[in-house]
Amino acid sequence: MSLKDKLHNLKEQYKGKKMAPAFNAIHTFLYLPNETTHSGSHVRGADDLKRTMNMVIMAMVPCLIWGMFNAGYQHYSAIAGGTPEFVSFFDHLRYFFTLDNLLIGAMKVLPLVIVSYLVGLGIEFLFAVIKKHEVEEGYLVTGMLVPLIVPVDTPLWMLTIAVAFGVVIGKEVFGGTGMNILNPALTIRAFLFFAYPTWMSGDKVWVHDAVNRSGADAISGETMLGMLAQKKELAYGIDEAFFGFIPGSVGETSTLLIILGAAILIFTKIASWRIILSGIVGASVMGLIFNGVIAQGWITEGSKFYALMNLPFWQHLVIGGFAFGITFMATDPVSGAQTTKGKWWYGFLIGFFAVMIRVFNPAYPEGIMLAILLMNVFAPSIDHYVVQGNVNKRLKRLKVKTA
Amino acid sequence: MSKDIRIKKGLDINLVGAAEQSKVKAIKSNTYAINPDDFHGITPKIIAKVGTEVKAGAPLFYSKSNDQILFNSPVSGEVVEIVRGAKRKILSFKVLADKEQQYKDFGAKNVASMSGDEIKSHLLSSGCWPFVKQRPYDVLANPDVAPKAIFVSGHNSAPLAANLDYVLAGKEKEIQAAVTAFSKLTAGKVHLSVADKSSPLANITDAEVHMVKGPHPVGNVSTQIAKVDPINKGEIVWVVAAQDLVIIGELLLTGKYNASRTIAVAGSSVKSPKYYETKIGAEVSTFIYDAGVKGDNVRMINGNVLTGNTVAPDGHLASTTDTFTVIPEGDDYEFFGWNKPVFNKISYSRALTFSWLFPKKKYDLDTNTNGEHRAFVVTGNYEEVFPLDIYPMQLLKAFSYNDLDEMEQLGAYEVAPEDFALTEFVCVSKQNHQELVRKGLDVMYKEIG
Repeated sequence: MSLKDKLHNLKEQYKGKKMAPAFNAIHTFLYLPNETTHSGSHVRGADDLKRTMNMVIMAMVPCLIWGMFNAGYQHYSAIAGGTPEFVSFFDHLRYFFTLDNLLIGAMKVLPLVIVSYLVGLGIEFLFAVIKKHEVEEGYLVTGMLVPLIVPVDTPLWMLTIAVAFGVVIGKEVFGGTGMNILNPALTIRAFLFFAYPTWMSGDKVWVHDAVNRSGADAISGETMLGMLAQKKELAYGIDEAFFGFIPGSVGETSTLLIILGAAILIFTKIASWRIILSGIVGASVMGLIFNGVIAQGWITEGSKFYALMNLPFWQHLVIGGFAFGITFMATDPVSGAQTTKGKWWYGFLIGFFAVMIRVFNPAYPEGIMLAILLMNVFAPSIDHYVVQGNVNKRLKRLKVKTA
Repeated sequence: MSKDIRIKKGLDINLVGAAEQSKVKAIKSNTYAINPDDFHGITPKIIAKVGTEVKAGAPLFYSKSNDQILFNSPVSGEVVEIVRGAKRKILSFKVLADKEQQYKDFGAKNVASMSGDEIKSHLLSSGCWPFVKQRPYDVLANPDVAPKAIFVSGHNSAPLAANLDYVLAGKEKEIQAAVTAFSKLTAGKVHLSVADKSSPLANITDAEVHMVKGPHPVGNVSTQIAKVDPINKGEIVWVVAAQDLVIIGELLLTGKYNASRTIAVAGSSVKSPKYYETKIGAEVSTFIYDAGVKGDNVRMINGNVLTGNTVAPDGHLASTTDTFTVIPEGDDYEFFGWNKPVFNKISYSRALTFSWLFPKKKYDLDTNTNGEHRAFVVTGNYEEVFPLDIYPMQLLKAFSYNDLDEMEQLGAYEVAPEDFALTEFVCVSKQNHQELVRKGLDVMYKEIG
């Protein structure tokens, strides 16, 4: 008997039992189910939610791999007292793609991925069994996002608690995948940030082992945004930032690879290009306003906002987590705006607020997280007004007719 | 003035097995069946009990909600069986056909000199009223309320559906009579839509002829209504299928109810797909085995693949269809079907699905859902295949939680279940949109009326 038949028999055995959702989740992972149409259209398109989610994960894989090498690269550079001089991208890769770097990455990043998936999927399975519905695929993407948006030295126990909180409070209490108001990955990130602020916002967690070292051995692990917020000299050029040879959360550093991911998502029609584009526009507008304020001389060098305001507007798009957030998290269809017109506003405001929060919140200079969460909350309102426009058009048509 | 109807949003689903343009007379069916379920929302009351001899056109049953609306027998013969289902619900009236057909004589009429009321009562008494449907709600028309307009779509844009230009060729006289008759039933106009200037409908008078252009669902009446004269709250529009105009026209011209109909027998599981001349309610076996069926594991569909109903091989042709489709069942597993590249299925996205590379290719789709039912997650894809000025997902959600106010505001009066066939096709969450819409419209019909 082939594997297919064996699994089919097992599925029939489990039918109606408590563990059926758990079994089916694994079964449908191997085989597209034998489900046929029973009402409505007799033929259906080729895509299902698994395929959609899978594409998002694939788009993130380059960032994950880069993040693994970068973990080692930052660690060894810090120990050596500074990064090798940046000549060109390809030249620099020889310092970057080394086995030592990868080993550090495997040691630090892989456990984050594994813990994120184990805890999150475990909770998803548990809720599916209790609430007797199929295991939905939403967490496949969240589970991948989480390790990419946390600092490399995040302790696993913190991650466990954060993931459990994020999945239960951020998603399951609303009814699971498709019902949540906030992006679950960002809920997890925000929980980490607000529950362990000293750990999360320090300048040490971004580079492996920076926390443990003190005194003569001490190494710094500051991100570019941290440097700007504290008005330190920038240790990295914007080109290094674009290619991703900088400290930061695991997956957010390489703008180049994020652009690649965005290209995949837009080409496959999975992410909304409208949100991404309008997000970039929004950030640029806010950045330009701040640049203008500096040019007018309203804010002088003495101000604590000066360094970030003075940053050329386009550099806001490159440094920090902006690119990653706008590509992979603002485009989450569940927590984002759902109407076409709404998506333009939603993206624009995310970009706008991300840069604003960055500049005015030097304690934690990463604005994109809070901007997306804020707009998640407002997305239904945006949609409401867009839909109301459609409703009013219909009412007006009726009025013209009866008048 | 006539108006061109053009849409860009939509999707043409190219399937293998389109009917060839050659017509064959199907062998005579022994029994004919009329299923009350083909007319959504009616409760049948029996007129012709088992054993009654009826002539073609004589009534079999009437609608409980309006006893004027008669449903007639397509042939002359004896009512041999009234099939009942759960709770004694009537599923079907079976008539054993006479060898020599006898037609009930309703009298030839001169349409031009008849008044609207005369025409209406003539259609009611001859059992032709069930051909008239109404929007909103997509149910049988209420003869007591005059519509603001009447729409006939002369273009079938659904996959593998019968080509109306071919089917209706040579029937101009009947169609003209029927259109003239209908033009007297409305204060507004009769709107015809054609895809081609050479269509038999193109030169009909007493109606406004519109040219349609674009992908499916341009042939759906809702699309045309929305472009020409959208339905507002409280307004009613009647809809008649183009093929039914022929039957009505013949009744008016000759006084005979001739239930003949040319259907397209199509689909990838049909050996030689072509057109058959048969009658409403004929046994499926009288044409499908002549056309030939590939394999045993197939699904037979009364109608097209998007909106039709499954029928058993020993079932009967539905009263309301001009297409009969047979496609393979998809009740098999596919190893790693969710992540491997897909070349043999149609997809609206490009997520390792490659149908975008071959826009002309014809596909052999089966009935597999290609995934399990999920909550609504992905947004923005329905809008790409939905040409009406309506937010499809928001309306679907309103339907699913039965919020009457919201349904009304979001445009539920303007839609029929068939309009959601494409959103259902592209739905990543595999929700059954047409069922949601049907149920929602039923609730509205019951509550608002």
